[in-house]
Amino acid sequence: MPFIPNSNEDRESMLKEIGKNTIEELFLDIPEKLRFPVLNLPEGISEMEMLSEIEALSAKNISARKAAWFLGAGAYNHYIPSLVPALASRGEFLTAYTPYQPEVSQGTLQAIFEYQSMAAELFGVSVVNASHYDGATALAEAVLMAWKQNLERNKILLPKDLHPEYREVLATYLSSFEVEVQEYEGAPENAAPDARTACVVAGYPDFSGQIHSLAKGAELAHASGALFIVHADPLLCALLESPGAQGADIVTAEGQCLGNPMNFGGPFLGMMGATEKLMRKMPGRIVGEARDHDGKRGFVLTLTAREQHIRREKAVSNICSNQGLVMLQACIYMAAMGHHGMKTVARLCYDKAHYAASRIAGLPGYKVGNTAFFKEFLVETPVPAERIFEKLAKKSVVPGLPLSRYDSSRPKELLVCVTEMNTKAEIDRLVELLEEVSA
Amino acid sequence: MNLAPEKLIFELSSKGRVGCALPKSDVPSYDLPSGLERKELNLPEVDELTVVRHFTRLSQKNYSIDTQYYPLGSCTMKYNPKANEVAASFAGWKFAHPLAGDVSSQGAIELIYKLQDSLAEIGGFEAASLQPAAGAHGEFSGVLMIRNYLRDKGETKRVKMLIPDSAHGTNPASCTMAGFITQTIPSDKKGNIDMKALKAALDDTVAGIMITNPNTLGLFETNIEKIARLVHRAGGLVYGDGANLNALTGVFKPGLAGIDVMHFNLHKTFSTPHGGGGPGAGMVAAGKALAPYLPGPVAVRKRGRYRLSMPEKSIGRVKLFYGNFGVLVRAYAYIRMMGRDGLRRIAENAVLNANYLRKKLEGTYPLKYTRGCMHEFVAMGDIAPGIHTLDIAKRLIDYGFHPPTIYFPLIVPEALMIEPTETENRETLDAFAEAMLAIAEEARTRPELLHAAPVTTPVGRLDEVAAARCPVLCYRGD
Repeated sequence: MPFIPNSNEDRESMLKEIGKNTIEELFLDIPEKLRFPVLNLPEGISEMEMLSEIEALSAKNISARKAAWFLGAGAYNHYIPSLVPALASRGEFLTAYTPYQPEVSQGTLQAIFEYQSMAAELFGVSVVNASHYDGATALAEAVLMAWKQNLERNKILLPKDLHPEYREVLATYLSSFEVEVQEYEGAPENAAPDARTACVVAGYPDFSGQIHSLAKGAELAHASGALFIVHADPLLCALLESPGAQGADIVTAEGQCLGNPMNFGGPFLGMMGATEKLMRKMPGRIVGEARDHDGKRGFVLTLTAREQHIRREKAVSNICSNQGLVMLQACIYMAAMGHHGMKTVARLCYDKAHYAASRIAGLPGYKVGNTAFFKEFLVETPVPAERIFEKLAKKSVVPGLPLSRYDSSRPKELLVCVTEMNTKAEIDRLVELLEEVSA
Repeated sequence: MNLAPEKLIFELSSKGRVGCALPKSDVPSYDLPSGLERKELNLPEVDELTVVRHFTRLSQKNYSIDTQYYPLGSCTMKYNPKANEVAASFAGWKFAHPLAGDVSSQGAIELIYKLQDSLAEIGGFEAASLQPAAGAHGEFSGVLMIRNYLRDKGETKRVKMLIPDSAHGTNPASCTMAGFITQTIPSDKKGNIDMKALKAALDDTVAGIMITNPNTLGLFETNIEKIARLVHRAGGLVYGDGANLNALTGVFKPGLAGIDVMHFNLHKTFSTPHGGGGPGAGMVAAGKALAPYLPGPVAVRKRGRYRLSMPEKSIGRVKLFYGNFGVLVRAYAYIRMMGRDGLRRIAENAVLNANYLRKKLEGTYPLKYTRGCMHEFVAMGDIAPGIHTLDIAKRLIDYGFHPPTIYFPLIVPEALMIEPTETENRETLDAFAEAMLAIAEEARTRPELLHAAPVTTPVGRLDEVAAARCPVLCYRGD
């Protein structure tokens, strides 16, 4: 077998060296009646057969490569420069473990340090960790982190306009604790925190794409003694004032948009950053600079006294792995895009989305609700949005997310996303089909 | 190894350089929301070749499975087949959107369904959910399932989870996140769970026990069925930590031994790459009682069509969408290539390689537990005066090997936890054993070599204490 080098001859001579006659003798600690059960699975196939089988399966999906794509809602179709996967897929990155042995992991460690540095700049915070499973678990852990600062303050204020799946994940993470969740409408200054509030969470933008200025919300949260958590679109942060600069104590984000494919929803990248004050309360791996005996600069996993392998049940979180490769792709993406590229991508998204919104708003029966937005906006439709989706998908235009998929009481709302991937011609085609479908 | 110091990407920056060209805008420009425009953005400005050389050079500062033997205990650093990477890179996966709808995602949902099915079969379980993103995430899901099951039965005073002293730190940490308190159960002289201590702990506040089998000593928990019976009789449930499943594929089905719910680490047993820390995948599977509580959505099949659906009494979502899908494709590709016979050969050869290596080293590196091991074993590194496990580990680096897991499990002093995996050939195992024996000789005759190690790496031992005391976690400019 290609992945198991021991031949029958190898096995026999190795068995002899350890004083056994058969392989079965190695398993005598297992209760006899449970040993070597029947495995009701097909026989193995060759690499060639496996690849053609799986490729055929993959072809059954609708792919953003083959359609004009306006569906976002938490997973985004952005351009991935060729160098990103080419570098991140190098075996030395791909097949290394968590960098517990720093001397032989400087590549991974320095890349994490650079990721932390670039993400911290983007968010306007002092420290960013080496990642969470996705944006939703990052936000859930941020809320837990805020609550743990003072268990008496057990009220969490969430925006009503939060991604439904984020709300569900948060509910799962909070389900073990006596924490009360309340929702507020619109901008974070409407949240009304009080002496029992642990944190106010704000979207930047909200699920529906709406952008709010954050500073007032942050001020009110701080005045009541609560922390201010912002869940941000990292690309938006290249264009508009960072959450940190507007007073955020913790910033979380979904980093898939930074150089990672949509991959049917995973693996994604949960980003989390915080102020220096909260540094030792953060979950997740963190890399710091260190010196060796000759004074040479190197990097190590640091502040590990927070973590499960040291603190066990008293750890700040159970998180052990991170999204290493996804984080690496984001790191390479930010490095390659750099100052200019990040701004350009964000600007392209912004302008194209605004062009699309202004055209759609001009169609009879259609309304765009957002006053300020980045790359996503909510459209009121004259006919059920699900019907629009079905009809347009047949013409290779995926027009957005019908909100009825999450909430059946909202049948005529479509969340439209426009990125740098959409040409003007595609947008015009979308507009034309939207007009046609409602006629 | 690339030994030359590599500047930070910020230090390679020069104003006006770009690493990627983007299309010119074909639409008008619109005003930004007033007062919110960002003025400063201090990101690097670097050309494409500089980025390519920078990250290529960084990669050359890593040990990896592709370049070195990596016998890291409890991490199952087996070869990650290149075909897995190709399988995961098809455009139909990469450009598939999670909210495209079931009708437009039949390929992806079918793969999820088939992988759920295969993994449940391998573990002897009723059903599986692929949502958890990592082992610890699977643990969190599993203990939440136990909690909700007990809650539904009105057993709210069951708040205590039992955890053997050999367990991974994630077990107690996951319990805390699920609102349980934990009680540690000691191991006996043979490295099994101490049955007397277990019985004493089984009162009416017990929610269950978390068992890693083989445990982190690399030993099969011989009383597994008895433990499950006792815990069940006391009204608790049994959680299986599948971190060490590589010893058991095709050899033992935990679900048939009384385990109620279990996670598997697909990035260990099912060969998906560790990626310098992730992404992993931590599928959780359950028997009849707990299957309705699995996190969701999961894939179901009806009249030849596949769709995503929430299990009846689900604990809910533990992450966005449907798990680390790209990782799931790799695991599925691997299972298809290995098949039922190949899966058994994994466990057979993983256990054979471990026992072979153990035999070569046991005369030099003492073992606390002497019975035959499964896929890994734990030796001790304080083999000469003034020599510690850390010194052995660092010296191994100079011999071109990644060190084993060290100082874990916590119940073995100076632990060296060695997991060879089934993908290494005999010559590699022999070379590793020779290096270990040579280091033992050095430990007696030239200990300074061990204390100074490693000397063949880009940096020597780093001052971690100073790094934690005054943390520098970001580039701060010149």
